[in-house]
Amino acid sequence: MWRKIEEKVFYYLMIISTVSLGLLLVLIVATIVYRGLPYLSWEMISQTPKGGYYFGREGGILNAIIGSLYLSSGAVIIALVISLPVSLAMNIHLKRRKKLVNGLRFILDLLWGIPSIVYGAFGFTLMIYLGIKASLLAGIITVAFFILPIMIRSMDEVMKNVPLSLIESAFALGSTRSEVAFKVMVRQTFPGIITAVLLAFGRGIGDVAAVLFTTGYTDNIPTSLMQQTATLPLAVFFQLGSPIPEVQNRAYAAALILTIIILVVSISTRYFGKRFRKTLIK
Amino acid sequence: MQQGKISIQNLDLHFGKHHILKNVNIEIPENQLTVILGPSGCGKTTLMKTLNRLVELEETVKINGKIFLDNEDILNTDKDVTEIRKKMGLLSQRPAPLPMSIFNNIAYGLRINGISGRRKLAPLVEKYLRQVNLWDEVKDRLKDPATRLSIGQQQRLCLARGLAVNPEIILADEPTSALDPLSASIVEKQFAELKKDYTLVMVTHVLRQARRIADYVVFMYLGEVIEQGPVKEFFENPKMEKTREYLKGAFN
Repeated sequence: MWRKIEEKVFYYLMIISTVSLGLLLVLIVATIVYRGLPYLSWEMISQTPKGGYYFGREGGILNAIIGSLYLSSGAVIIALVISLPVSLAMNIHLKRRKKLVNGLRFILDLLWGIPSIVYGAFGFTLMIYLGIKASLLAGIITVAFFILPIMIRSMDEVMKNVPLSLIESAFALGSTRSEVAFKVMVRQTFPGIITAVLLAFGRGIGDVAAVLFTTGYTDNIPTSLMQQTATLPLAVFFQLGSPIPEVQNRAYAAALILTIIILVVSISTRYFGKRFRKTLIK
Repeated sequence: MQQGKISIQNLDLHFGKHHILKNVNIEIPENQLTVILGPSGCGKTTLMKTLNRLVELEETVKINGKIFLDNEDILNTDKDVTEIRKKMGLLSQRPAPLPMSIFNNIAYGLRINGISGRRKLAPLVEKYLRQVNLWDEVKDRLKDPATRLSIGQQQRLCLARGLAVNPEIILADEPTSALDPLSASIVEKQFAELKKDYTLVMVTHVLRQARRIADYVVFMYLGEVIEQGPVKEFFENPKMEKTREYLKGAFN
């Protein structure tokens, strides 16, 4: 009797949780679409703000779109150049040093958990120390720091699960560790590497705190690394606080575009996760 | 003093606190098929992996003793471990093809030996696939992923891949245990042919298989070598009590 009641209670609890989660997602997307879609015109995505981003009633958010893409791409490239060798080393070169690797994993998990505002503050300190002004470069470096642990651990997690027999058979053929790393491991984990990159890109492009102090903000599209840049999350943050309705509308449009970009990235993450699998060893 | 192609002398191996191989002494004769026989967990696989030093990938392993290959100690040497591994092809229990096409699985070993360019690779790939009688089955789909092959075909592919590195020795760890009877007998037949050019070492726990194809038998139990000798002598006139018990099926 009790077991039946228990079963029912948990069943309905799960239904309620699932439904409320779905509802929340729908509400968020609906709000953004409802507030943003009417203003998502060609002008909005093809023009920079006219008359200042805070007061100007005309123009669009092209500065933020391009700025965000520059910033995240730059950060992802820097993070990738570091992440791939580190995760390969953790799973091949340092394979025998389990304690060291597990220590490294623990530290990376801690770094993953640190709020991005702390990275922002760290980047800001670093900027002052190095004498760099708020700029695209400073933002790229800060975001790279922020997504580095995410990227390394995501790659590491896929590489950890590669069957030992595959690694052994590659070694048995007389491969050096680098050959095993780049010719076998990278190939076997390629979908996972793409997933890690896209995941990090999504995190990087959506973050506001890491770039709050480091990129500055401008109406222009940056033409060099040393110039300030706008980003989409900052465009939402700054323009939503404006008393002028037209400016607020730009903020909602920016939020919608950001959501679309992240949605596209998430979907391609799943797509790449499933593709490129035919030669892989399961 | 060395009689065989490979001479294992006073080999001890520990994983952490576990003593896996205990004072192992084996002489593996050249151009013959040596079978290492014994119940599960007696250290057969570890012994194989010690020969090509794959065991060193484990974290807590400690090895003492000597292994001579052609009078050269391959355990205590400054020589690059990849050079030693290239002398020994390894065939594992379950085939482990590389995550690439059939062609590239063979070409991989050639490439890491400095052979490149499709014009040079293609005839060699064909040669090694023919050597394991796989060519006719795969010649029209060399670009297919190796994982599309059946397990038996994969195992022969792995054998061909090992041969492509041009080894002197072939190590096989229960190479037929995951295969269907037909594939298993194909692999066995190939082993008999390969004896002409290679020294073969095979691990098995199947007595009938050992009797059928072995030239020389090493019987191991709980990390120790109990008895070794030519196949006829070993099966017809075992000297040790443990061997007699094992042959009667006492441990199975």
